[in-house]
Amino acid sequence: MNKRKAVIPGEVIKEDENSLPGEWTEKKGNKIIALRYGLAEEVGRLIKVIPLSGPYQPRKGNIVIGQVELITFNGWIIDIRTFENAFLPLSEIPRYINKESMEDILDIGDTVIAKVRNVGKRGVELSLKSRGLGRVEEGIIFKINSNKVPRVIGKEGSMINLIKKNTECDIIVGQNGFIWVKGDSIEKELLAKKAIMFVAEKSHITGLTEEIIKWFEKEENEK
Amino acid sequence: MKSKSFERIDKRKFDEIRPMKAKVGVVPNADGSALFQFGETVAIAAVYGPKKMHPQHLQNPEKGTLRCNYSMMSFSVAERIRPGPTRRSTEISKIIQWALEPVLLIEKYSNTVIDVHINILQANASTRCAAINAAAMALAHAGIPMKDIVSSVSIGKLDKQLVVDVNKYEEDWEDGEGATDIPMSFTGSGEITHIQLDGKISIEELKEAIELGRKAVKKIYGVQKKALKEVINCENGNEQTN
Repeated sequence: MNKRKAVIPGEVIKEDENSLPGEWTEKKGNKIIALRYGLAEEVGRLIKVIPLSGPYQPRKGNIVIGQVELITFNGWIIDIRTFENAFLPLSEIPRYINKESMEDILDIGDTVIAKVRNVGKRGVELSLKSRGLGRVEEGIIFKINSNKVPRVIGKEGSMINLIKKNTECDIIVGQNGFIWVKGDSIEKELLAKKAIMFVAEKSHITGLTEEIIKWFEKEENEK
Repeated sequence: MKSKSFERIDKRKFDEIRPMKAKVGVVPNADGSALFQFGETVAIAAVYGPKKMHPQHLQNPEKGTLRCNYSMMSFSVAERIRPGPTRRSTEISKIIQWALEPVLLIEKYSNTVIDVHINILQANASTRCAAINAAAMALAHAGIPMKDIVSSVSIGKLDKQLVVDVNKYEEDWEDGEGATDIPMSFTGSGEITHIQLDGKISIEELKEAIELGRKAVKKIYGVQKKALKEVINCENGNEQTN
């Protein structure tokens, strides 16, 4: 693993002519300066800061979970708990909709799983045109710090698949920190929630996968 | 700087800051929080946001808004302060906002507001400086993109003697020319974001005071930096050693 170090905004991470500024850094002369509080990481010549806190930054292709805030004449405004409004246009629903009865598809207050189609100047545009997207009908939803989402998912989904296997639940992790869990019983769903909360809390530990396997064994024994 | 033999009430040197204490994450519910202390002056700051600005007519589509709210707890001084906004606290809130705004990179956060609530738990002068220091740390802790951290200190002129970090006794100095209070804030790279002056001072002396402040603020910056890093290093202890 690359060496990471804590940085504060305005701190000079490295003085090197050849280094390149990555995310949340800027280059002034030959100094790489952090623009955010977090961990600085060096990958080759590129230096970036990994934020540990702060708002969710929507990116193209992200899966997000949000609540319908408003119905407009050509779509829905979805609250995905970020600083921008997310818009879900009518054209991004994968079937025919009668404009008169949009609330039948998604009503105000409904929870919806969607994909970020585009992030532009006008805000975030969502889409439902993909498998597994749409209104949430059942299961439980809870929120974690959106900066911990990568750890919950793990490398190529290793962590989340482990949790899925051990709890026999269906889980969708929204990049904005909302997590949807659906299992056969409420006990299984709560176990999955507990496991995810555990991962989010201990996200800094190295070898977290082994840790969570142990944790599941312990939970199993307690029953 | 006149006499080097000048003695302060608490036996400090003329360029000595009261013992400082800084801590991050004191309000778990907030997105970011910090405590900053100069001797008996204690400030805590909590940051919420960026979140949608309400009412809608206050939204700025060009960039995000910083909204500071400074208030002193009713028990922060010997004479009880009536709770609620006063002329003084509204003014200081605005001052803190102006001191912090230049370092924030909130152009992307249009139509949103970042709320900073600052409370003075205990006051012994220099409350606005402690408030700015705490607020800057809390903003960084909340993950707001920033160019730099702001550190603030008050320089006083007691008769003809310049001193760093005035306390209440020095603020009320009446001998000779009386007391002049100059709170000022600097970024980590030494740029001034805020300066105020209450009293009278010559241009030469003011320049001297600013240089004195620039030097003093380095120590404060160090304390802020240490407190912010401590939290990460504590949480990521394993990652650090590997």
